[in-house]
Amino acid sequence: MKNDHILEVHGLTKRYAAHTALQDVSLRVPRGSIFGLLGPNGAGKTTLIRIITQILMQDEGEVFINGEPLSQEHIRIIGYLPEERGLYKKMKVGEQLMYLAQLRGLKEKEARQRIRHWLDRLNLTQWAGKTIEDLSKGMGQKVQFIATVMHEPQLIILDEPFSGFDPVNANLIKDEIMQLRERGSSIIFSTHRMESVEELCDHIALINKSRKILDGTKREIKDQHRSNTFIVEHKGSLIGLGGEVEVLQEKLLEDNYYQTIVRAIGAQSPNYLLQRLLPLVEVHRFEEKIPSINEIFISKVKDEDKEVAYV
Amino acid sequence: MSKTGLIIKREYLTRVRKKSFIIMTILGPIIFAALFAIPIWLATRDSNEVKNITVVDESGLFRGTFEDEKGLHFDYLDATLNEAKTSIKQNGSFGLLYIPDLQLDNPSGITFYSESSAGIELKERIERVLEQKIENMKLEESQIDKATLDALRTNVNLNEISLAGGEEKSANTGIYTGIGYLASFMIYMFIFIYGAQIMRGVLEEKTSRIVEVIISSVKPTQLMIGKTIGIAAVGLTQFIIWIVLTSLIYSVGLSMIGLDAESIAQINQMPSAEGADFSSTQVKIAQASGELGSLNVPLMVGGFLFYFLGGYLLYGAMFAAIGAASDSETDTQQFMAPVSMPLVLGFVVAITAVLKDPNGSTAFWFSMVPFTSPTVMLMRLPFGVPMWELATSMVLLVLGFLLMTWLAGRIYRIGILMHGSKVNYKTIGKWLMMR
Repeated sequence: MKNDHILEVHGLTKRYAAHTALQDVSLRVPRGSIFGLLGPNGAGKTTLIRIITQILMQDEGEVFINGEPLSQEHIRIIGYLPEERGLYKKMKVGEQLMYLAQLRGLKEKEARQRIRHWLDRLNLTQWAGKTIEDLSKGMGQKVQFIATVMHEPQLIILDEPFSGFDPVNANLIKDEIMQLRERGSSIIFSTHRMESVEELCDHIALINKSRKILDGTKREIKDQHRSNTFIVEHKGSLIGLGGEVEVLQEKLLEDNYYQTIVRAIGAQSPNYLLQRLLPLVEVHRFEEKIPSINEIFISKVKDEDKEVAYV
Repeated sequence: MSKTGLIIKREYLTRVRKKSFIIMTILGPIIFAALFAIPIWLATRDSNEVKNITVVDESGLFRGTFEDEKGLHFDYLDATLNEAKTSIKQNGSFGLLYIPDLQLDNPSGITFYSESSAGIELKERIERVLEQKIENMKLEESQIDKATLDALRTNVNLNEISLAGGEEKSANTGIYTGIGYLASFMIYMFIFIYGAQIMRGVLEEKTSRIVEVIISSVKPTQLMIGKTIGIAAVGLTQFIIWIVLTSLIYSVGLSMIGLDAESIAQINQMPSAEGADFSSTQVKIAQASGELGSLNVPLMVGGFLFYFLGGYLLYGAMFAAIGAASDSETDTQQFMAPVSMPLVLGFVVAITAVLKDPNGSTAFWFSMVPFTSPTVMLMRLPFGVPMWELATSMVLLVLGFLLMTWLAGRIYRIGILMHGSKVNYKTIGKWLMMR
């Protein structure tokens, strides 16, 4: 087991009385990556995260952090922002952060410095002596974010990170996350809203109905799901384009100005297709139609459901 | 500092710094002392007001019977009833005591006229004087002199000696009852107040959703135990401050009515204290505090602390489990009854059956069962409890709370992460069985 993976999960299974939340799930999160853990509600994402954060015990399988079996020692290097957020309402911001930092294993002196740094960074310094009750919701969210990252965890786990944040804070948090990664943290995003993390993630795992159904770098996954389909906007008609190109849809946009979706049959390169087009029409736009993660996910889930239906 | 230590510290500090805690802790003993002190103060206070009472004695039997005493002045008036009524209005007398010509066998028709009611005390004083005088006159008629009568009167006072603890001590059921009642009641209150605080604390963490952040850093049992200990420390702090403040107020109060340790000892050594230098109130209080001294104070305080902690831990575990199984304060109601019932039952048994017979079989069994032993044993303790009974009861209580904490921990660790689902006894049963 090499240490180029911050987190490895092997054959994880968790059963509850009535149902199985996770079934034989294995994952590897490369160090320094932003890893998207995607899946619909109830797929088992939160259960998986709760096992990694040692809130729950798995029934079967193993978890490794930096190649070592998961233990109490790792609490110090994990930062966790749960889907359901909250802080002690009647506790002062500074005291609350100090308490949470110490629970994570930070020494008081060091914690004080970090808290000061982060409050300053997110413009909350003058609120340190106020209770959470006195803060606006957005400020509370920032405090919660500080609590997640102030101990500079190697692994940051964010469950539905943008669902609770308002757009301004969501962007702020996005920027902070990118910077944390630059400083060496690895990040796991868990969400059912694929579009919100698609641009951020470089690795992705899809979970559906307690099983992992897809896993890999974003590039790999998209490549696997390419359909050689292209969107072409052009002046003039494509009539006469035959052979290895199939016209899927043609739409008149303006006078003699069309948008056509074409598919290259076989493994032709985009250049080959362009060469075929150029003699016929004036090309204004040429773009490969790459499926979004959302589309891939939906088609994957549908396939699964079909399989289940056939069984 | 260990993580459990951090949790204890937070639970303790956030509560101790609350205004409501500070106010209750300081005002508690003062209010308590005031409840005792004000009636005593009112009773001992010298009233400078003098009530004038006009006496019209048509029988002529009570001439000179009424003598002036503190706050009362009697005037005899030779007049008819109607004349006297008008004259008291003019001279501003408080009232008119009218004694008609009467038969000693049937002294009826004696009447007190006044603008405002005479009040129970004055009425009794007048009645006592009249009764005594009539009694004396009857004695003379029957030719019995007072000395003979006094010699006939017999007064028996049962001495009580407690054999508990191997040494003989004079016992006073009244004082013991009072102390036992007080201790039992305080345990009952403390368990309810601080047990409910655990429940509310758990619920706060659950509903504010911070619990998931916390238990990704510590084990659920660490959080539950830390919370329980932190709140227990708050309760003990309050108790100790109360004890200190109360004894302070007590000694200040004693000196205010002119008693110090020396005079208390002096009074308690006198065979008949009713006497020379001390007023009757002073004597009564001195005797009471002397009897307090006959109590095994270290045993009482130790017993109180042990049973408070034991009972609190036992019930606290259950309260924590309730908090974890509920989504809101209203949700807790359905589980409260089975938890508070034994506590209430224990207290009721303590102030009824145990009071009647502190060493009867009811008292014995209820002081063995961990759910009721804290309140019941505290009621028994002042009367003396055999060592083996005390030891058995304590061991059972410790076993009881260990078992309960373990069970509650199983409910707690699952309950705190459950939101929105309806929880009933069946689900709780399932949680207990879960691995």
